Amino acid sequence: MGSLTGTALLAASVAPAVSPTVSPTAVAPSPPIAAPSIDLIGVLPVLIVLGAACLAVIVEAALPKRQRFVTQVVLAVAAIIAAGVVTVVLGVRGHYVVTFAGAIAVDSATYVMWGSLLALALVAVPVMADRVIEPGGVFAAEASAVIGSPRAKQATAVATPMQTEVFPLALFAVGGMLVFPAASDLLTLFVALEVMSLPLYLLSGMARRKRLISQEAAVKYFLIGAFTSAILLYGIALLYGYAGSVKFAAIASAAKAGGGSDLLLLAGIGLLVVGLLYKGSVGPFHLWTPDVYQGAPTPHSAFMGACTKFAAFAALLRVMQVALGGMAWSWKPVLMVIAVISMAIGAFFGVIQQDLKRMLAYSSVAHAGFLLLGVMSITERGVTATLFYLLTYGFATIGGFNLLMLVRRGGLEAPRLADWAGIGKKSPAVAATMTIFLLSLAGIPLTSGFIGKVVIFTAAMNAGMGPLVVIAMIATVVTAFFYLRVIVMMYFAEPPAKSVGGIDAPTVALPSTLTLVSIAVCAILTILLGIVPQPVLDIMHVTFPLLS
Amino acid sequence: MNPTHYLMLSALLFGIGAVGVLIRRNAIVVFMSIELMLNAVNLSFVTFARMQGNLDGVIIALFVMVVAAAEVVVGLAIIMSIFRSRRSASVDDANLLKY
Repeated sequence: MGSLTGTALLAASVAPAVSPTVSPTAVAPSPPIAAPSIDLIGVLPVLIVLGAACLAVIVEAALPKRQRFVTQVVLAVAAIIAAGVVTVVLGVRGHYVVTFAGAIAVDSATYVMWGSLLALALVAVPVMADRVIEPGGVFAAEASAVIGSPRAKQATAVATPMQTEVFPLALFAVGGMLVFPAASDLLTLFVALEVMSLPLYLLSGMARRKRLISQEAAVKYFLIGAFTSAILLYGIALLYGYAGSVKFAAIASAAKAGGGSDLLLLAGIGLLVVGLLYKGSVGPFHLWTPDVYQGAPTPHSAFMGACTKFAAFAALLRVMQVALGGMAWSWKPVLMVIAVISMAIGAFFGVIQQDLKRMLAYSSVAHAGFLLLGVMSITERGVTATLFYLLTYGFATIGGFNLLMLVRRGGLEAPRLADWAGIGKKSPAVAATMTIFLLSLAGIPLTSGFIGKVVIFTAAMNAGMGPLVVIAMIATVVTAFFYLRVIVMMYFAEPPAKSVGGIDAPTVALPSTLTLVSIAVCAILTILLGIVPQPVLDIMHVTFPLLS
Repeated sequence: MNPTHYLMLSALLFGIGAVGVLIRRNAIVVFMSIELMLNAVNLSFVTFARMQGNLDGVIIALFVMVVAAAEVVVGLAIIMSIFRSRRSASVDDANLLKY
């Protein structure tokens, strides 16, 4: 009996899709379904990036090996610049729209997120093309070759060019990152998350040197990532069961009206938020972060550290405000505890790290705690502060990671703290640039990190989270310790002996022009945003509440 | 049949999958457990679709299948490459990165 009514139910809901003239036996004659409006102009930046990614796949198949590298680099950079230009034009025109049957919301916040993401990608992606620091490229020449086999040895041999599949993968990841914070229903959110994550898993395992560590990072990232996306998906299912729709607006109005099962709603929120926090490497869900950042090729760590975090927090902003804003009383206390845990883990584990890549990973966990303050504010200032903080953090992180490639020992990167001793004497430029990024991450005045912390702490204060701001300030002091320790090491410690056990002392390598430009842009912006932040803060002043 | 039973079954399968991820050692088995979790979620989606009387859940289940297939491609490639270099797919052996 139950199955009979079920069939009738399904038939009734199928009926509108079938036009009455074609099927006279339809249960009830209903007007033909109206096609949803599709605004291709509004999503043009996404189309450009994903289109270029598909084109890059064709390039990979069609062009001879020699021509691929230049073509891919030019294509990737051109696509990111073109998408950025279109974003700026559309944003200035104020082309705001909710399109694809309510799946994608393009409002002023979306343009700010897209613009910032593309700016970060523009400084992060060209570094992947560096073939000067590491002859042949930082990425593997043949990622699929078995480690230790003659084929792999030949592929790792000096100057065998890297795999150019890196660039289409990076473009697909950027495309997913663009859709992620614009998603206005949970299904789009999930698909964008996967489009963003799958290329990142692969890129993590493609380092040219230390292949075993790189592959291990990829496996860990993949298994934990797939596990959390299953958890996120279960949260989506429960919210769908509660609201009968996965659209943010429908979930918000269903939660406002009440009447459904609170168990479904609360469990759904919990599981969904865990999935999103994982991507932002927050607090207790950070376990993958240090391992993956350490094992992945360094330009990729920079890309992940800045862009993935930006996309994850931008998406979190929209979900929390548009879909779950009315339920703030239920998730805010939990997020407060998570923010404190995240700051504590980042600060204390950061202090004991001897490896600078891992230290930057724990710094990313601590910063995620600060960023949660902005997300929890659910105010206009909170959104602006979070986006600005993400931008400043992104530039400092990209710059910091990329500098780690320059100091080398025995042909490999030397990210250990001891290897950086006395770098100030060997290469004042590297030490000075690193100092800028570290001061910004620590939040010292006249760097962008300071302004970021000021705006985010002010927003949190105004939202009535005083005690949390005090805890965040204590965490800031602790994190400042490990950033400043690196500066002390660079300038005041004696460089290690010329040769210890047959291994040469660390040397400073010269990067390619692209890398040099990228690091310089990061350094200039880090200082500029610290001295004249107002224009950028004005641009980031988004209309609130966000569209859905 | 009461649709709630299907939800319970789905929760049970999801739980079995989650426990499998946490306690199994072989990366392939861990991965299979994740697939079990995804399919449990699909069952939830389809059941909710019937309870809610709309087709959204059924369509989402189709999307999840496609995404799961893409995940299998990437996941097996990664697990294969680490297996070929270590001759082991145990997640306990992959322990170069820690602390």
